[in-house]
This record gives sequence, C-alpha cells and structure tokens, in this order.
Amino acid sequence: MSELLQFLFSGLTVGAVYALVALGFTIIYNASDVVNFAQGEFVMLGGMITWFAYQAGLPLPLAALVAILATAALGVTLNKLAIEPARGAPVVSLIIITIGASVFIQGAAQQVFDKQIHSFPAFSGDTPLRVLEATIQPQSLWVIGGALVVFVGLWLFFTRTLIGRAVLATSNNRLAAQLVGINTNFVMTLSFALSAGIGALAGVLATPITLTAYNVGIGFALKGFAGAMLGGMGNPKGALVGGFLIGLIEALTAGYLSSTYKEAVAFVVILLVLFFMPQGLFGSKSTERV
Amino acid sequence: MKKTLATTVPAALIALGLASVASAEIKIGASVSATGPAAFLGDPEAKTLEMLVEEINAKGGINGEKIELVLYDDGGDPNKARTFATRLIENDEVQAIIGGSTTGTSMSILSVAEDAEIPFISLAGAIDIVQPVKPYTFKTPHTDRMACQKIFEDMQKRGIETIGMISGTDGFGASMQAQCKDVAGEYGIKIAADETYDPKDADMTAQLTKIRNTEGVQAVLNPGFGQGPAIVTRNYRQLGIELPLYQSHGVASDGFIELAGKDAVEGVRLPGTALLVADLLAEDDPQKPVVMAYKTAYEERHNEPVSTFGGYAHDGFALLVDALTRAGSAEPEAIRDALEATSALVGTTGVYTMSAEDHLGLDLSAFRMLEVKGGTWSLVE
Repeated sequence: MSELLQFLFSGLTVGAVYALVALGFTIIYNASDVVNFAQGEFVMLGGMITWFAYQAGLPLPLAALVAILATAALGVTLNKLAIEPARGAPVVSLIIITIGASVFIQGAAQQVFDKQIHSFPAFSGDTPLRVLEATIQPQSLWVIGGALVVFVGLWLFFTRTLIGRAVLATSNNRLAAQLVGINTNFVMTLSFALSAGIGALAGVLATPITLTAYNVGIGFALKGFAGAMLGGMGNPKGALVGGFLIGLIEALTAGYLSSTYKEAVAFVVILLVLFFMPQGLFGSKSTERV
Repeated sequence: MKKTLATTVPAALIALGLASVASAEIKIGASVSATGPAAFLGDPEAKTLEMLVEEINAKGGINGEKIELVLYDDGGDPNKARTFATRLIENDEVQAIIGGSTTGTSMSILSVAEDAEIPFISLAGAIDIVQPVKPYTFKTPHTDRMACQKIFEDMQKRGIETIGMISGTDGFGASMQAQCKDVAGEYGIKIAADETYDPKDADMTAQLTKIRNTEGVQAVLNPGFGQGPAIVTRNYRQLGIELPLYQSHGVASDGFIELAGKDAVEGVRLPGTALLVADLLAEDDPQKPVVMAYKTAYEERHNEPVSTFGGYAHDGFALLVDALTRAGSAEPEAIRDALEATSALVGTTGVYTMSAEDHLGLDLSAFRMLEVKGGTWSLVE
C-alpha cells in the first residue's frame, strides 16, 4: 500500500511539472493556433534567471518575480520581432519560427548565463512529508498547487473575462474579431506575455526539484506538449489532466512494470487516445473552422 | 576558428623534409568540442591546451624547439572532427594530434590519423578507442569499466554482495551500466535490481522504491551524468534509504555536492581522480606536485575550478611533451615509438605506463575512492 502511495506521489510530482508546462501552451494556441515550441525555453529562463538573480543577492521571492517579468517581456519581444512580421504566414511556418526561436534562446542562454546545472533552495525546506510510510517533498506540493492555481486562473480568464473571450475570438476569426472592435495585435502581445510568464512560473516552482540548465527547455516542451495533446490542445482542463496523467502513467509503469518501458507506455497511451479521440480527452470538435 | 600560438613561421617549408633543422618548430594539432552539447568537455580541454603550450614556450620549448598549436572546435560533430583531422594533417602538416572530446569525434579522428600514420592522443572515454590496439592511437581518460571495477573492489571490502543499480539512459549511463553488469561477476557481486531513468526525469522515487523493496539489496550504484544523479541522491534521502549509495566518476565534482545538497549527499562514495582532491593528497603522493601545479595555474588563469576533463587534455599534452623530449625528433614515427615506450609518467588522471599491448597505460590506482564527509570530499583508505 505504501508502495502504491509512493508511486502516486512520484507521479503527481512529475505530472504537476508537465501540467504546468502544458498550461503554458494553451494561451498562445488559443490566440493563434500556433503551438509555441519555445515554451520550454520560457520554463528554462524562469529557473535560470531566478538562480542568477538569487546569486546576485536578491531574496528568492523577488528573484522569482524578476524572472517571471523578464521572461514575459521576452515573450512579448519574441512576438514583436518574429511572429508579428510573419503574420500572414501559414500556421506551420509560425510553428517553425517558434522552433527557431527555441534554438536561439537556448544558444543565447548558454552565452549569457553558463553551461552549469543550477538549483536554488526549496521554498519550504527539504524535510520530506510522511504520509503512511510514503514520502513527498514539500516543493512537490508547491508545484501541484501552482498547477491548480494557474488552471483556475486560466479557466476564469477564458470563460469569465472579456479579454479572455477576445483571445478566443481572435483565434476563431481574426478579421471578424477586428470588425467587432478587438485589438488583435494587443491580444497576441498579451497572450505571449501570459504564456511566457506562466512558463517562467513553472520553471521557478519546478527548479528545486528538477534542477535547471541552459538545455532543459526542450525536455520540458516535449513532455508538456504531450500532456497538452493528450488532454486536448487549448483546453486548460485538458492540459492539467493530460500532464498529471502522463506523470502518473510513467511512475506506475516504472514502479510495477519496468523503468525501461515507462516512456514507451506513456506514449502508447497517448497514441491510443489520439487514435480514438483525435481532439484529445477534453478537446471539443467545435474548434473545427471553415 | 583557427588559433595559432607562438610565432608563426613558414611551417610548410619545415615539413618539406627539413624537420630536423634545429630552429624548426613542432606543430601539434587539436580538435576538441569547445562549443555545442559536449562543451563541458571540450571547453576546459581547449583552455588547458592553450595554457600549457604558452607555458612550455615561455620556458624555451622542447629540446630548444617552440611548439605551435593548431586548435579547431568541432562542436561535438564527428563529421567536422573528420574534416578538421584531415585539414590538420594535409594543410597544417602537424606532427601529432590531441583531441576528440567525445567517443564519436575520437573515432572520426582516429581513422584519419591511422591512415596518415600520425600519432593521435584521444581524450574520450570509450575503451573501443584503444582496444584492439591501433598503432598510432593512444588515450588518456580511464574507462568506465575501470570505474565499475574500482567500485566493486570497494564493495567487496565492505562485504557487499548483492546490489541494485539505477542508471541514466544517456550514453554515459548506458555504457557504464553495461560495463558494470559485465564485470560484476568477477567480483562476486550480484545485481538484483536494474532500473533506469531518463536524464531529464524529475523524480526517481518510483525506481528507488522498487530497488528498496528488492530482496537482499545491500547497496545501490548509480551510473549517470548531469542532473540525474543529484536527483537520485535527493530522492534516496527523501525515502530514507540507509544502504550505501555509490555514484560514478561522471559526477565527481564539487558541483555535485552543491546540487544534491550537503545533507543528502553525506556518505555517498564514488571513484574520482586525484585532481578532485588535490589538497587532500599525501605530501609524498607522486601525483601531488603535478596535480597542484595544474590546478593552481588553471584556476588562476581562468577563474573557474579545474575539471577532470581539462585534466585529460593536460595528460595528453604531458605524454606528448615527454615523448618528444625522449624521441629527440619531431618525426611522427619517432613520436609514436616514444609514446608507446612511456614509462611511469605522472599525470593528473594517473600514472601512465604504455606498452605495445596497452595504449592507455593506467591501472585501477588512477581512481581514488572518495566519500562525502561533512559536505566535502574525503579519501577512503
């Protein structure tokens, strides 16, 4: 029993990281249909900037805030310099631009920061919490909590706020959105800032567990993308459930079957789900456009 | 990309059969991965080579001849390494090559160097580079098989017979995992649990729980590189596992203690080189002066801690200087013969004694068994 609980804790810890990354994909996707492959780099920047600011003497909360704001600003810059000039281009081209941006950010981070692996102290100490013979790090609760808060925030944003609906409208039909008075340029800028900020937050929360280095972004992006696809791209609920599901499948496979197959099993499940439900678990078919 | 040190002379003239002229210059080629994914290997290697060449030229060179270093950055790409090796031999007309930060790039350079009959000293780990022995290829780093042997030797002393392994699935982890499994039988050690993790994984408690619940496990060995071993060590403490934990030489650095956290890493053992514990070596240790000299010079000049990898380049260059001095000639053939006759040359990695059958020349004494005590490394006697 304690064994199962330990596997579940492991899965929740990892799953929360995936879910946080997956949530970052939703906003830009909802605004523009673009899967932003630089999302993982935002996560990396969140961790790296926090570490360097912390090393420079800032208190940790302030360092984290600096990292989130700086990354959000970088997201806006990315939109202005790379995405906006290519606005007329097909979505596939835009996605390729984000891949290029990802490579660029990684290379720049290697130069601006360094090539070492870093970590900063966990927010609530390192003493593991014991629940029925199983243990979990307090930082895991921060990540799980962070994922839930971001999820609720996004859900309210998209369903309850005018600007959130404007984002969805821009995605549905940019011209029509402009005709009803939505400033679509502003919507794009905002969605990049929010996505980058959420990515950086994920990096800040996860770094005490996962550690950070200039090259961790791609790994985060792939797992987060897998989570978002499994749950249904663009749906915050899907991102949350998808991320946690992949983490849990991996941990249970590693625990009960063999760690050799944990990634294979996770991806087989994703393939099966997408085969029978191409929109993902929570993706709605109504997103098809004419 | 190309950097030349010392005064440039019309080297092409020298190569036209005039190499024995007293004022001639010795040309050494190098292709390392100073940038790209293997930059953590190649960057300190390049810095070390540049520093050592400057040092030796300031002292008047070898047998009165200055050394010119032709250094290329292959970015970890075996195809580029092959191109640079060809360029070093055909255009730069070097007398010997040092380099090949990764096994892949070393294999590329090796084939070119063997064809051209130019001595090549590799800085990469794989045993395949010198086994079977190739006439012109030598290497300085110890192998992961030797690391396994050193660890098992220590386990034997502590009466450990049954272990669990948790290995990274990256090249380093997978290779060492295979070597350890291969060599365990010789030490009477049984591997009862064999788990793996992806180098990007954030949590290994599932695998460790499985190992803990495996009947009879007395110790855990974690072959791995990068952040994986730090996370394994933290999870190990999180689960409260009391068994001895062994890490590999892949994480033998101060950075590892910092990453895993002082409390979590207490009591962890791993095989490391003398370079890591330079200050702890006994005064009469033959490696002490060499290691201290390199460490001091490097840290003063580059303001960053020395790494084992830079040490490989240091030893490669030391082997070459020693061979050139004894050969009294810069003919590739003479350098090769002298390299093979290297005897008791003290380097940072170990003491090298080459032979026609052994182009690595290190034994298990090159590794020191280290244990973390009070947040810092200590030697296990």
